[in-house]
Amino acid sequence: MGLSRDDLIMRGGLVVLAGVLLLIVGLPLWALLAKGFEDGDGRYVGLANYVSYFSTPAMFNSALNSFHVAAVSTAIVVPVAFLYAYALTRAVLPARWLFQGISLIPIFAPSLLPGLALVYLFGNQGFFKVLLGGSSIYGFDGIVIAQVFYCFPHATMILVTALATADARLYEAADALGASKPRVFFTVTLPGAKYGLISAALVVFTLVITDFGIAKVIGGNFNVLATDVYKQVIGQQNFSMGAVVGMVLLAPAALAFVIDRMVQRKQVALLTSRAVPLIPKPKAGRDLFFTVFCATIAAGILTILGMAIWGSLIKYWPYNLSLTLGNYYFSNFDANGWESYFNSLRMAVGAAIVGTALMFVGAWLNEKTRGFGIVRGVVQLLAFLPMAVPGIVLGLGYIFFFNAPNNPLNFLYATMAILVINTVAHFYTVGHLTATTALKQIDPEFESVSASLKVPIWKTFSRVTAPICLPAILDIAIYLFVNAMTTVSSVIFLYASDTKLASVAAVNIEETGATAAAAALCVVIVITSAIVKTMHLLADRFLLGRLQAWRRR
Amino acid sequence: MTSYLEVRDLSKRFGDFTALGNISLDVAEGEFVCFLGPSGCGKTTLLRAIAGLDPQSSGTIRQKGRDVSALPPAQRDFGIVFQSYALFPNLTVTDNVGYGLVSRRQGRAAIGARVTELLALVGLPDSGSKYPAQLSGGQQQRVALARALATSPGLLLLDEPLSALDARVRLRLRHEIKALQRTLGVTTIMVTHDQEEALTMADRIVVMNHGAIEQVGAPQDIYRGPATAFVADFVGSMNFLDGTLEAPDKVKVANLAFACPRQEGLAVGTKVRLSIRPEDVRVRDLPADVANRVAVEVTELDFVGAFCRATLKVGGAGDVTLVADFSSNLIRDLGVAIGSRLDVALPPDRVRIYAA
Repeated sequence: MGLSRDDLIMRGGLVVLAGVLLLIVGLPLWALLAKGFEDGDGRYVGLANYVSYFSTPAMFNSALNSFHVAAVSTAIVVPVAFLYAYALTRAVLPARWLFQGISLIPIFAPSLLPGLALVYLFGNQGFFKVLLGGSSIYGFDGIVIAQVFYCFPHATMILVTALATADARLYEAADALGASKPRVFFTVTLPGAKYGLISAALVVFTLVITDFGIAKVIGGNFNVLATDVYKQVIGQQNFSMGAVVGMVLLAPAALAFVIDRMVQRKQVALLTSRAVPLIPKPKAGRDLFFTVFCATIAAGILTILGMAIWGSLIKYWPYNLSLTLGNYYFSNFDANGWESYFNSLRMAVGAAIVGTALMFVGAWLNEKTRGFGIVRGVVQLLAFLPMAVPGIVLGLGYIFFFNAPNNPLNFLYATMAILVINTVAHFYTVGHLTATTALKQIDPEFESVSASLKVPIWKTFSRVTAPICLPAILDIAIYLFVNAMTTVSSVIFLYASDTKLASVAAVNIEETGATAAAAALCVVIVITSAIVKTMHLLADRFLLGRLQAWRRR
Repeated sequence: MTSYLEVRDLSKRFGDFTALGNISLDVAEGEFVCFLGPSGCGKTTLLRAIAGLDPQSSGTIRQKGRDVSALPPAQRDFGIVFQSYALFPNLTVTDNVGYGLVSRRQGRAAIGARVTELLALVGLPDSGSKYPAQLSGGQQQRVALARALATSPGLLLLDEPLSALDARVRLRLRHEIKALQRTLGVTTIMVTHDQEEALTMADRIVVMNHGAIEQVGAPQDIYRGPATAFVADFVGSMNFLDGTLEAPDKVKVANLAFACPRQEGLAVGTKVRLSIRPEDVRVRDLPADVANRVAVEVTELDFVGAFCRATLKVGGAGDVTLVADFSSNLIRDLGVAIGSRLDVALPPDRVRIYAA
C-alpha cells in the first residue's frame, strides 16, 4: 500500500505517542514489578518478598480487610445509588437538577473530607459519639460510611446513564401486553440497567480498595492495602515490600477492570436511533416516596460536607465552638502555607492543558491512522492500562522508575513536571475514552473527503475535527483539573518540599492532629473544583452556544 | 475506444471472506457508470478501492494511463460524495465548497468566484452563508456535489448519494445529477442498490453479486436481455417457471410445452428456468394460432395505481402461477376480476431460458 505524507506524519505521531505512554505508564509499572523481586540492596531474590508477605499474618490480614471493606461498601452504595438514579430518571422530582447537583458534590472533595467530617461527628469528641454506644468510628465502620459518601456519585452517574437510555416503546409494549408493574420492572427495567449495575459495582469496588485518604484518616488500627503501601514506603523505607503490597493491590483492581471491559463488550446499543426516549409522567405516591428518599440521601451528603465546613470554622472543637477563620491561615499548620494550594492550582492547570492535548491528539491519531494495526494496538493497551492501576501503585512505580540513578529522565524527579506527568498518566484512560467516543460520533468520511480534495489531514483536524469536538475537549480538561485538585494517592510519593500539593498538605496537617486546618484545606479544594465545574457548565451553555452557531438548525 | 479507468483482476479479501474476486472493468472518458447490486455484493468495496480508501488485496487500477494501484487517496484524481454527505458541520456552505480550493494557493477572489459558480451550478446560489444543519437533505447533497466538483476532478465517485433522501427529492435529484454530469462531461461512477436509479441515470450498468460482476451493459440491454437469472430477478420483476428443456427451442413446464428462442449452450434434458416479465404477458387480441397460449384463472389482483398486478393460476399445470401487469383499461374492457378465467400468451421472443 502506498503511503502519503499524511500517513507518514500520522504514523510518526503514533510512534511518538506509544513512546510517551510507555515512559509514563508502561515502564514505571515494569519498574514496580521488578522491584518486588529484589531485596533492599537491589539483588534479585525471586519470590522471597512475596513468600514473606503471605506468611506474615499482619500483612496478609490487610488484604482481607481491604476486600471486606470494599465488598460491604459496594453492597451499600450500589442499591442506594440505583434508587437515587431511578428517582432522577423515572420519577418526577421537584428541583430535580438540585438533587442531581448535590449527588455530584463528593467528586469535588479529596477523599480525606468525609473522613474528617466523621471524626467531627462521631470521633472521640464527636457530637453523636453516644449514638455509637461503646464502639469507635475509627476502623471498619468509619471507613465504610466515608466510602459510601465518596463513591456515591460515581455509581449514581453510571446508573443514571444506564437508566436514561431507556426506550419508551418497550414500556408501552409491556403495558399493552398487560404486564404488572413488578413484572415490567424485572423484565424491562432491570435487564436494561444490568450492565450499568455490574459496571457501577466494579467501579465502586475498585475505588474503595484503592483509596488511600479515607483509610488514612479514619482507619485507626484497621489496616488496609493502600495504607500498608504508604507505611512500608514512607514509614519503614522498605521499598521492596511496598512493591509487593502494590502488586497485591493491583491484582483486584486489574481483575475488576478486565471484567468490566468484558461486560462492556457484550453490551450492544440498547438505544437505537429510532428509540423513543422515556419521559416519566407524574404519579403522586411514587413521586412522594422518591422525593423523600432523595431528600434523605441529599441531606446526608450535605451534612457531611456541612460538618467539614463548620468544623473548619470552629476555634477549638468541641470546647470553644465560636467561629474563626484562623484555620485558614495554613502557614500556622504547615511550612508551605497557602503555597501548597497554589501548587495544586498550577499542577491542575498544567495537567488539564498537557493532558487534554495529549489525550485528544492521541485518540485522534489512534482512530484515524490508516493501517499500522500493531502500534495502534499497543497505544490502545497503554491507554487503557492506567484505569486498572491504583494511584498509589502508579506513584510507587514512578519512584522506582524516575528516581533510578541511571535513568536519563532522573532530572524530572521532585519537580512540578513529574506531578503533572503522573496525574496525566493516572487519569489517562477516561480522557482517552471520552475523546475516542466523541471522534467515533463524527462522520468517518471527513478524512476521505479531505484526501480527495488534497487537503492535508492535520488541516482538517484543526479546522473541522477539533472544533466539532470542543465540548468533549472541555469535558476532558475539567475532568483532569478536578481530579488533579483532589488526588492524594499517586502524588503522595512524588512531591518535594517546594512542590507540595494542597491534598497532600491536608494529609500532613491531619497527621499532626490539626483536624480543623485539614478540613479547611479540603473545603478550599471543594470550593475551587466546584467553581471550575460551574464555570464549565455555564461555558457549555452560553459560550459554546455562541461559538458553535452551526449546531443550531 | 481507449478507457479512462482500467480495473484488472482486482481482488479484496477480509481474512477468509472474498469481498471482490478478480474484477476487471473498463470505464470510458465521460461515461456515467452505475455499480448495481444488493447490499454486501461488493459494489462499495470496489468504489473505495478505486478511490484508494480501502486498498485492494491484489490487482491493478490505471486511471488515464497512470497506474494508481498503490497510491494513497490524496495522490489520486477524484472527487467523492458519500451517502452521509460528510459535510463539515462547523463550516458554512461557502467554506465547505471552497475547502479543497484554499489549499491550492489560489487567490481569495478566484476561490470566491469558483464557489459562486459551483453553487449556481447546483442550484443553491443564495445559500453560501448557511450552515449544513440549516439545509434540507437534498440541499446538503447538492453542496456535497459542488464540493466534490470544486477541484475539477477527472473522476467523480458517488456512494449511494440519494438513498438517504425521500422519494420525491430523490427523483428530482436523479435528473439534476445526470444533467450536470452530461454538461460537465466528467467520468462518473455511482454505487446504488436501487435498480430504477441505475436504469434512469447510467450510460452503462455493472450488475454485481457476491463480489463478482454478473453483467455489464446499457440499461435497455440489461433489462431486455439479462444475462443471468440473478440479473433477471434483481433488475425489474420476473416470472420464473421451473421446467426441462425438451428440444433446443422447447421447454416443458409441468405438462405444458412452451416455445422459446433456440438454446445453443444447453443440452436437451437439462433442468431450466423459463422466465418472462410481467408486462410481457399478452392478453388482448390473441390470434387463434398464437404460440404459448395458456388458460389461466385470476387468483389475486393487487392495485398498484397505474396498473394492476395479477396473479394467475395456470390451468392444468398443478400449482404453477404467473404474475402479469394488467392496465386499468384492460381490466375494465375485459371485466377482469378475481376468479375470472381467460387465455394469455407468453410471446416466445420475450421468453428467456436460464439453467436451473
